[in-house]
Amino acid sequence: MPFNSYKDDEKTIETGKMATLMRLFKYLLAYKKQIIGVLFIMGFCVVVNLLNPLIMESAVDDYISKGNFGGLGRLIGFAVVLNILMVLGIKLRMYVMAKVCNSILVTIRQELYTHIQTLDFQFFDSRPTGKILARIIGDINSLKDVLSNCVTTLIPDFITICAVVAIMFLKNPGLAAASLISLPLMAACIWYIQTRSHKRWQIHRKKSSNLNAFVHEDLSGIRIIQSFGAEEETMDTFRGLTKEHRDSFVHAVRLNDAIGSVIDFCWGLGTVSLYFAGIIIIGVDKVSIGTFIAFGSYISMFWHPIMNLSNFYNQMITNIAGAERVFEIMDTPSAITDRDGVKELPPIQGKVDFEKVSFSYDGSAKILNEVSFHIRPGETIALVGPTGAGKTTIVNLISRFYDIQDGHVYIDGYDVRDVSIESLRHQMGIMTQDNFLFSGTIKDNIRYGKLDATDEEIVAAAKAVNAHDFIMRLDNGYDTVLSERGGGLSIGQKQLLAFARTMVSNPRILILDEATSSIDTKTELLVQAGIESLLKGRTSFVIAHRLSTIQKADRIFVIDNGSIVEEGNAEQLMAKKGAYYQLYMSQFKNVV
Amino acid sequence: MKKLSTYLLEHKFGYLLGFLSMVIAVSLDMVSPQLTRHIIDDVIVGGDITRLKYLLGGILLVGVGRCIFGYTKEFAFDRIGASIATDMRKDLFAHIQSLSADYFDRTNTGELMSRVKDDIDRIWNAVSYVSMLILEVIFHTAIVLFCMYSLNWKLALIPTLAMLITGSIAILEERKLGDIYEDISEENAALNTVAEENLAGVRTVKAFAREKFEIGKFLSHNNRYYELNMRQSKVFVKYYPYFSLITKLLPLIVLLFGGSLVIGGRLSIGSLSAFVEYSMNIVWPMEMLGWLSNDFSSAVGSYRKIRKIYDVKPTITEPEVPKTLPGIQGKVEFKNVCFHKEDGHEILHDISFCVKPGGTIGIMGATGAGKTSIIQLLQRLYDATDGSICVDDVNIRDMSLKQLRSNISIVMQDVFLFSDTISENVKLGKRNLVDLSTIRGASSCAQASDFIEKLDEQYDTVIGERGVGLSGGQKQRISIARAIAKKNPILVLDDSTSALDMETEYAIQQALLELTDTTKLIIAHRISAVRNADEIIVLENGSIKERGTHESLLAKKGLYYETWQAQYGVLGTDGPARKEA
Repeated sequence: MPFNSYKDDEKTIETGKMATLMRLFKYLLAYKKQIIGVLFIMGFCVVVNLLNPLIMESAVDDYISKGNFGGLGRLIGFAVVLNILMVLGIKLRMYVMAKVCNSILVTIRQELYTHIQTLDFQFFDSRPTGKILARIIGDINSLKDVLSNCVTTLIPDFITICAVVAIMFLKNPGLAAASLISLPLMAACIWYIQTRSHKRWQIHRKKSSNLNAFVHEDLSGIRIIQSFGAEEETMDTFRGLTKEHRDSFVHAVRLNDAIGSVIDFCWGLGTVSLYFAGIIIIGVDKVSIGTFIAFGSYISMFWHPIMNLSNFYNQMITNIAGAERVFEIMDTPSAITDRDGVKELPPIQGKVDFEKVSFSYDGSAKILNEVSFHIRPGETIALVGPTGAGKTTIVNLISRFYDIQDGHVYIDGYDVRDVSIESLRHQMGIMTQDNFLFSGTIKDNIRYGKLDATDEEIVAAAKAVNAHDFIMRLDNGYDTVLSERGGGLSIGQKQLLAFARTMVSNPRILILDEATSSIDTKTELLVQAGIESLLKGRTSFVIAHRLSTIQKADRIFVIDNGSIVEEGNAEQLMAKKGAYYQLYMSQFKNVV
Repeated sequence: MKKLSTYLLEHKFGYLLGFLSMVIAVSLDMVSPQLTRHIIDDVIVGGDITRLKYLLGGILLVGVGRCIFGYTKEFAFDRIGASIATDMRKDLFAHIQSLSADYFDRTNTGELMSRVKDDIDRIWNAVSYVSMLILEVIFHTAIVLFCMYSLNWKLALIPTLAMLITGSIAILEERKLGDIYEDISEENAALNTVAEENLAGVRTVKAFAREKFEIGKFLSHNNRYYELNMRQSKVFVKYYPYFSLITKLLPLIVLLFGGSLVIGGRLSIGSLSAFVEYSMNIVWPMEMLGWLSNDFSSAVGSYRKIRKIYDVKPTITEPEVPKTLPGIQGKVEFKNVCFHKEDGHEILHDISFCVKPGGTIGIMGATGAGKTSIIQLLQRLYDATDGSICVDDVNIRDMSLKQLRSNISIVMQDVFLFSDTISENVKLGKRNLVDLSTIRGASSCAQASDFIEKLDEQYDTVIGERGVGLSGGQKQRISIARAIAKKNPILVLDDSTSALDMETEYAIQQALLELTDTTKLIIAHRISAVRNADEIIVLENGSIKERGTHESLLAKKGLYYETWQAQYGVLGTDGPARKEA
């Protein structure tokens, strides 16, 4: 599996800006009523804005020049009322749009997060956490303004432009054509800029994601960095990444900032062409002064919204790269999903059968090769063998963390692919090599195994795994708040808490993958004694290197190179003087 | 923390360039209407067709000028913003890295990430386009006001008053929003933290099939984020319409008062219409002020958050003039060391031991007995509360942190590898000193070279975050190689072979025995790992309960003997024998 590190840019899947934009639009469609309301309000505002100059004209022509102060007062009073209404309209529009946009952001973010929860390990393993985080937080935040401007800028400005163009052509087609002659030039320039700058913004987003990934890793590994005195090295890397981040931004704006200039220039060109055509080509005698003046203001009425639109467009291409990254994850299918019409796995007895199971993580190198075994409910199975032999893979397949390429895995006679993942995993208790504790109280961490566990159940589980004593020695006992990843506890203590969490879930099948590797031998014996009664009648799988841990197993499987090379209880295997015997004896090499 | 002004002043020439470009661009803006007026008055009405080409040329020049200076202005501010943000980010990151372990114990990664990333980004906006627009607004209104005063000072009082009111509202808005943005930034960090934990703990989430629970947890933060953003919107919606209102009413009121002046014969009608046009001209800067004040307060909220991080000082500090040793031999001595946490909870009590250069000490004890704390004190990740720790007879508090830590190689219990190549991981800490042959040597010593060399790209293979894709044993072996490759005089192994099978562990122990010049501190649960140590100490509840060599401890029949019994009880006195199942 190729890993993406903070040094490498992520690959982009080209989707096309329009497709992405349309997808964003779809979210807006869910708020049709509100959007129609907003457009209505904006229509009213446009009318008031158009009336304002007329009112002023009338004020000057009809009242001021005639010395009618009373009439002036009435007219202005009317205008004031109209404008206050408009401002109230603006207020309402802003509120509605804020609500719509924030709601859409919440929706997209929640959709993304929900989708991420369904993805398989392959997805999480192949990229740094910081890069996924960048999409959930930063990339989605960047969409906020795009969404709101879609409605408040895009639509009304577009309508204004159409209206102005129509009026211009009705008034004087020749002058209209002359004023708009620079339009194709502008379109060409903007097209040229946007195709290139879009790519540059994509790169910038990736650099930003790289930076996020590095910050995340560096802070997660800060203890090792400080231990090795590697702060200067990591600072160097950080400097390099921020430089790339900055440079990619500067590279993008260098092109992007030109959009405003292009419009300024085309505006100027349009004005020149208007007067040139009007005076030289058409002739002053054919065009009235009033028309010239009117066209002068039409030109600015035309270019102002163009300016707005281009700003919006600019903002859109800057941020659409974020939307692309969000949708890309939403479109990533999960390799492990419930089939259509899966059954719920009923409460199980704990029978596990592997039938000729072959498995490979990448499709080529086989990790397991036609492994078959049958386990009766209540059996304790120990898996031993060198690192990388495939022990963890076997237990991962029982909980269907991966799908096998060949063969079948049955739990109580059900193929694991025919039952829902949730009903399957709820009956499993899995303790892996690296146990993750969440920030929060000890109680909440244990309760993670069974969300409705009572305090008594929690204490009982903690007592069973011998964690109760050390928990009680903490200042707040079970209410002690742990920081991230259980900071403040020793690794052994964390393993004990994770053990309690697994026990409280009351699993039918217990899987212990090096679960007690960091616990001292004495505590381990106590734990074993503590859980013995709890485990009665339950199937369990134990992977361990300390052979003292697995002596009591009903059967021991020796795994090597993806297959079971020996099986039997400790006694039988010792008598065989095979692989297990060798392993067993090696532990005494250094002692005797 | 460097003052904000220091960052800004570093770019004073850039800002000056941006400002001047802006002044020119705005001035050109004002010239344009004059030119069209001349076309109408002189060319069309006056019939002076010869002037047309100059005037059109002028309009085109104005366009070109605006094009050039507008671009210069935008680009200058964007560039400065990016540079300042990058500098601030680097400084903040360096500061965070310098903080002590206790800070990281109580601060979530997700939170710090959002400070370094999102909060700096908000400041970035403030120092680039927001400051550009603020300057533009000020300059623009200054010019327009000047023109207004030159027309009629009495009437100009009205827009001045309007300006003052909008200015005050902007300040009021900024104050209100600043606090909310601080909360938003806080919730942004919380959102980041929840998502970060979920992603980092994805194996646990999936193992318990707790996806729905996690989605619910995220939803509650997501909703809170929404509520805070709506609170911000409400404040903004409360203030912003005032800006609109004032700007809409301004021309009307000017017209009313101006009209009365005209009717009273104290003002010409031409001046009045010019005046009204001017007052329309300051509409957008005043409206803009509402937006700018919003963006500005977002940066202020973030700035306050960042300031709080700067207020935290590293608790582990070195003396002004640290003692620098020419070379470290590797003598490690603990004298009556006690250590308790801030809350008074005692971790270690009266720990004394001495390891001579090249010697080995084994540390055993139950889970939570304080073994790892001894190592953390030696590295000065925390400071002992009592007693002293010396390396080569120098108190470690008198040494430079850099020298101390770069002479101790540690293999941590909790293996941490970076998503980088294997060789970069092994080099960590001495990137420029460790060459490929050293990496190979160290890997072979750690029994890692076999599996590494089977990989397609060998030492240049990129591994996943925290070593995802490698088995627990493989990760441990790389982290052992990482420690050995430094060839440091002091080597610490903190339960570092727990995920290895017996064969591999034995081979590594044999290789370690050959490092005779290296002082070794070995924490282990397996007797086999500490058996050859010069001295073994057994901790219980933070104190040394037993000490001695392997043989003397066995003879003592105490804790150590019990562990031996549990692990090797089958041996009895006459060699390996099978335990009854």
